[in-house]
Amino acid sequence: MNLNFLDFEQPIAELEAKIEELQHLCTVEEINIGDEIGTLQAKSKALTESIFSSLSPWQIAQLARHPQRPFTLDYVERIFTDFECLHGDRRFAEDPALVGGPARLEGRPVMVMGHQKGRDTKEKLYRNFGMPRPEGYRKAERLMQMAERFRLPILTFIDTPGAYPGIGAEERGQSEAIARNLFVLARLKVPVICTVIGEGGSGGALAIGLGDRTNMLQYSTYSVISPEGCASILWKSADRAADAAEAMGITSNRIMELGLIDDILPEPLGGAHRDPDAMAATLKNVLANALSQLDALDTEELVEARYKKLMRYSMFKGE
Amino acid sequence: MSWFEKLVPYRIRTEAGNRRRSVPEGVWSKCESCSAVLYRAELERNLHVCPKCSHHMRIGARQRLEQFLDANGSREIGAAMEPQDFLRFKDSKKYRDRLIQAQKLTGEKDALVVMQGYLLDMPVIAAAFEFEFMAGSMGSVVGSRFVAAAEKALEDQIPMICFTASGGARMQEALVSLMQMARTSAALARLSSAGIPYVSVMTDPTTGGVSASLAMLGDINIAEPGALIGFAGPRVIEQTVRETLPDGFQRSEFLLDHGALDLIVDRREMRSRIARLLAMFTHQASPAPGASLLGPSGSNPDAAASDAAAAQPAGLKDTDLERGHADRTPET
Repeated sequence: MNLNFLDFEQPIAELEAKIEELQHLCTVEEINIGDEIGTLQAKSKALTESIFSSLSPWQIAQLARHPQRPFTLDYVERIFTDFECLHGDRRFAEDPALVGGPARLEGRPVMVMGHQKGRDTKEKLYRNFGMPRPEGYRKAERLMQMAERFRLPILTFIDTPGAYPGIGAEERGQSEAIARNLFVLARLKVPVICTVIGEGGSGGALAIGLGDRTNMLQYSTYSVISPEGCASILWKSADRAADAAEAMGITSNRIMELGLIDDILPEPLGGAHRDPDAMAATLKNVLANALSQLDALDTEELVEARYKKLMRYSMFKGE
Repeated sequence: MSWFEKLVPYRIRTEAGNRRRSVPEGVWSKCESCSAVLYRAELERNLHVCPKCSHHMRIGARQRLEQFLDANGSREIGAAMEPQDFLRFKDSKKYRDRLIQAQKLTGEKDALVVMQGYLLDMPVIAAAFEFEFMAGSMGSVVGSRFVAAAEKALEDQIPMICFTASGGARMQEALVSLMQMARTSAALARLSSAGIPYVSVMTDPTTGGVSASLAMLGDINIAEPGALIGFAGPRVIEQTVRETLPDGFQRSEFLLDHGALDLIVDRREMRSRIARLLAMFTHQASPAPGASLLGPSGSNPDAAASDAAAAQPAGLKDTDLERGHADRTPET
């Protein structure tokens, strides 16, 4: 396994390197050191458990952005069948940073959509690092309306650093595109289930993040501004990102405490990228369960419950 | 300093400086756009629009609503809501301290003021952002007051107007502030479904989460001339794309050109033009019948303002319209 280890995983990386070396020796020299390898593997697992039991918010932010973290399409191919990736906003362009289309979840037709990041440099650029332009939100809006028309529940997957701060994006009404999606989602007549699978970056995330259920993967993050952005505004230095991550409480635990999400999906040991299949299986279960719960509501109840749920998302004194 | 001033003996120069300072503060103020020195009382009469260059200066929320609504019959909504530091957020300063400081500075509890009142005798709900309060940032109280405003408009079936001036979401309330975008948009979706008009007036500046929610969702999107409006701030964009931004980028006129706005309206015409629009949408008699504001004022507010200034003392145009027709009660 060729894993990209993060800084705080270095002790694990060293152990794993040792194990790999021994395994290599095993095959080349034909000596039997299976026991020793087994011990080391157990040690590596224990070490991973211990490191992952007390991650800081900033470390979790790095996991959420891990280069090998499963992206939307990785889950789509594992969870759904018959997925057809639809393109274009019908007004200006196609935006590959946000993908979506109809698919089947255990045979049932649904609409899926999510931010899509790229794996290698070329794809990263093609996907604009998962930062949609206005066309991405407008394509999403088109798919939302389509889903309502054909009575398909919507499943969204959130994984973006945020909206793209570019000249063209502003010219073509980035603000309006995001606002419009919130407006449409708020009264959509089909169930909407949102899952933060990686980075939930501000308005770009929320544009497909208003729904009847919101889930977060254990090591995903969700925040109003990136830790770097927050740090450079409030601390006047992006180097204080770790402090900003701590202060804003961007992790699934903290956000659950605030009552802003419904479910935290536990990740495989070491993070979702260590076992994408297991993660996808957990996600599939949660989606199917949530969907069957929402099926019990009629359209009016559904929309009313969504509004009431949103209205609980505030904290102040008086009235 | 000119060569002549350099020749003037030092002591005399100091005296001149002192004399200048002895003028009572606040009588004169300077236009930050054309540098004209303006008589403060005149500026106030002109609704803080520079009589020389029509630059629209920033004004406070309460002043804004006083200017906009009829003199009598206003009642504040949601005044009892107070912000809370539920995260115990601390950067270089504690959020609690920032709140106390902002409250002292502005006399407001938070950055949005909502009034139920009358616009040329038409019952309306009007909200305005206070930019001096933590850059008009939107947290729980701002979001909740806005929702209360929209719900009141829905209950009473009366139009709603919101004047935005905000840097965006309030970071010190973290994700809860992001959720205010969802809440305010959801409240507006309800208004829309019920066929109740909502007019959004974007003033300088309107950016971030506020622009990407309640500001851009007007049935009519209006901006004051020259306002900075956009999602990402110009500095962030410049750092990202590493080019110099085009002239007038993210200003009202730029947004109008790109189709994001319905109108740019001079502050001195705001009352009459919004009232006329709302009267049409709610099938009431025109509060200012006959007076056509089409033509140059529709497309070029600067020209409109200078026309107005040339024709009559600046700032009286709006008042004249009202004076002529204030006695007409709208049909209901």
